[in-house]
Amino acid sequence: MNNFRRALLIFVPYSWLIFFFLIPFVIVLKISLSDYAISIPPYTPQLDLSAGWAGITDFFGNLDFENFSFLASDALYYTAYLSSLKIALISTFLTLLVGYPIAYGMAQAPDEWRPTLMMLVILPFWTSFLIRIYAWIGILSNEGFLNQFLLWTGLIDAPLTVLNTPSAVYIGIVYGYLPFMILPIYAALEKLDGSLIEAAEDLGCSKFSAFWLVTLPLSRPGIIAGCFLVFIPALGEFVIPSLLGGTSTLMIGKTLYEEFFNNRDWPVASAVAVVLLLILIIPIILFQKNEERQREANG
Amino acid sequence: MKFTGMTALATLLIAGAAGAEEVHVYNWSDYIDESLLGKFEEETGIKLIYDVFDSNELLETKLLAGSSGYDVVIPTGTFLQRQIQAGVFQKLDKSKLPNIVNEWDMVAERTSKYDPGNEYSVNYMWGTTGIGINVAKVKEVLGEDAPVDSLAFVFDPANMEKLSQCGVYFLDAPTEIIPAALKYLGEDPDAQDYDTIAKAEPVLTAVAPYVQKFHSSEYINALANGDICVAFGWSGDIFIAQSRAEEAGNGVEIEYHIPKEGALMWFDQMAIPADAPNPDAAHKFINFMLDAHNAAAASNYVYYPNGNKASQEFLNEDVIGDPAIYPDDATMSNLYTVSPWDPKVNRSVTRLWTKIKSGV
Repeated sequence: MNNFRRALLIFVPYSWLIFFFLIPFVIVLKISLSDYAISIPPYTPQLDLSAGWAGITDFFGNLDFENFSFLASDALYYTAYLSSLKIALISTFLTLLVGYPIAYGMAQAPDEWRPTLMMLVILPFWTSFLIRIYAWIGILSNEGFLNQFLLWTGLIDAPLTVLNTPSAVYIGIVYGYLPFMILPIYAALEKLDGSLIEAAEDLGCSKFSAFWLVTLPLSRPGIIAGCFLVFIPALGEFVIPSLLGGTSTLMIGKTLYEEFFNNRDWPVASAVAVVLLLILIIPIILFQKNEERQREANG
Repeated sequence: MKFTGMTALATLLIAGAAGAEEVHVYNWSDYIDESLLGKFEEETGIKLIYDVFDSNELLETKLLAGSSGYDVVIPTGTFLQRQIQAGVFQKLDKSKLPNIVNEWDMVAERTSKYDPGNEYSVNYMWGTTGIGINVAKVKEVLGEDAPVDSLAFVFDPANMEKLSQCGVYFLDAPTEIIPAALKYLGEDPDAQDYDTIAKAEPVLTAVAPYVQKFHSSEYINALANGDICVAFGWSGDIFIAQSRAEEAGNGVEIEYHIPKEGALMWFDQMAIPADAPNPDAAHKFINFMLDAHNAAAASNYVYYPNGNKASQEFLNEDVIGDPAIYPDDATMSNLYTVSPWDPKVNRSVTRLWTKIKSGV
């Protein structure tokens, strides 16, 4: 009976993973092994079950890894992967720099303020992500609010070009993903036992070294979780670079879009997606290893 | 297609639940007088669901995926040709389109290049690809005699370097920009071999650093707000920017110029997907748009010329009388059309386009 219940419990998450992760992945992998064709859908071979066993062998015989060797042969793809990695890493770091003090301030705030502060962090989610990013076009453009304000204060005498540059992409990512950084760090800091800081100060630590030696290490799980929550979606980000980025902002999400829409080459686009997934799996495995180590250390 | 049965069932259920006939139309953004949508519903009693896109590529991907659910779609001729090959469309039943007599033979002749015999499509609107400018800002950086009516305006790096101070957008469409660059070089804009096409690369690479963004719809707002001073884009979009700036009363004056070397002439065609849920209503919608009054209303609103000869007497003077919209004979003889590249050349061109834009 117990075994049955356990099997049932495991079945639910696993069937979720099978239906919403494994099956879609296998479909994408299958398309990545096919060839481009002018037809509906635009690739070949199609699995023809009506032809029986011959149809199945035909189908598998026509799959190959040509698209993956094509990706390796053109500098565009790895340059785009590297550029995405760089943008994702830098913007994760910037988000941490902005997010940590906010989370720290929230955790230090009086108890009765906290729900309000929490609300303020979550509130932007009630507006569509697309609209919030679009609003930045109005802020950053040459005739936008930022330039008009700076011109008015007299800090600059010609408008700054921010929109359509990499800086605009960083601003967009930091803005868009900030709550994902703040919330896990805040959760870690909130649980922090205040008496530990008092003890550190009693034992001769300055305020700064108490923060450095006690608070920061104890909030590490929050920092790591926040960084992954920002880094992983930022790596494949498409909306922000296409709305705020310019001509020279190369990101893999945009390259994938071009393969899919401009070349109509679903097989190559799928190959790009499979490689992107493999690249993402590495940090996810590192994250899990880190979690396990933490658990062992604590247990 | 094992889903056909399910889709048909779902459509039946939806139609049954709604109790009314529906037609799904997928058109370009900013491309119709929206009061026509209500008029169609009133006249036919069919519920019109109107949805918009801003790139041929997006439309094509939806069509190639199959079961798009749309009854009428409006791709550009070059894209339509390839989609016909892929088997995306059904032949039009001309007996259901009595208004087809209004067609303009000048346009029908040219569209038969993409759709032989015009069996699958009828023209919705057509236009040219040219140069939109913010008059005051261009004067400020290039002086009184800026060559605004020449391709050199956007393809000569010396001009573009100065123009980049006030902002330049290009269409993000190699099918539009590369033929123009070839024309500028005196090559055949409709070249099909990659070696000739590649001659456009140095021209475009030299000016790309001065292009703030390659995008196919954002330039309407950017021009109208005064954020940029030059857009290499579609005629009607630039006229839309012009009227938006007038409405806003922000003092931005916008002009459209057809380059004197010649400009690309393109055709947006109404067609019915092979798996359209309601082809009958689709024919009704197309016939409605072929009505002389309706076609004129649409053109008066969006400032694009249409393929409807009979509508011309109902056009406003600032549409039919403007040679930048309805070109005069001299300009007309300079306009050219292009045909689609084959898939291999197309892939190389897309790659070339990425290289021009990003340097990689």
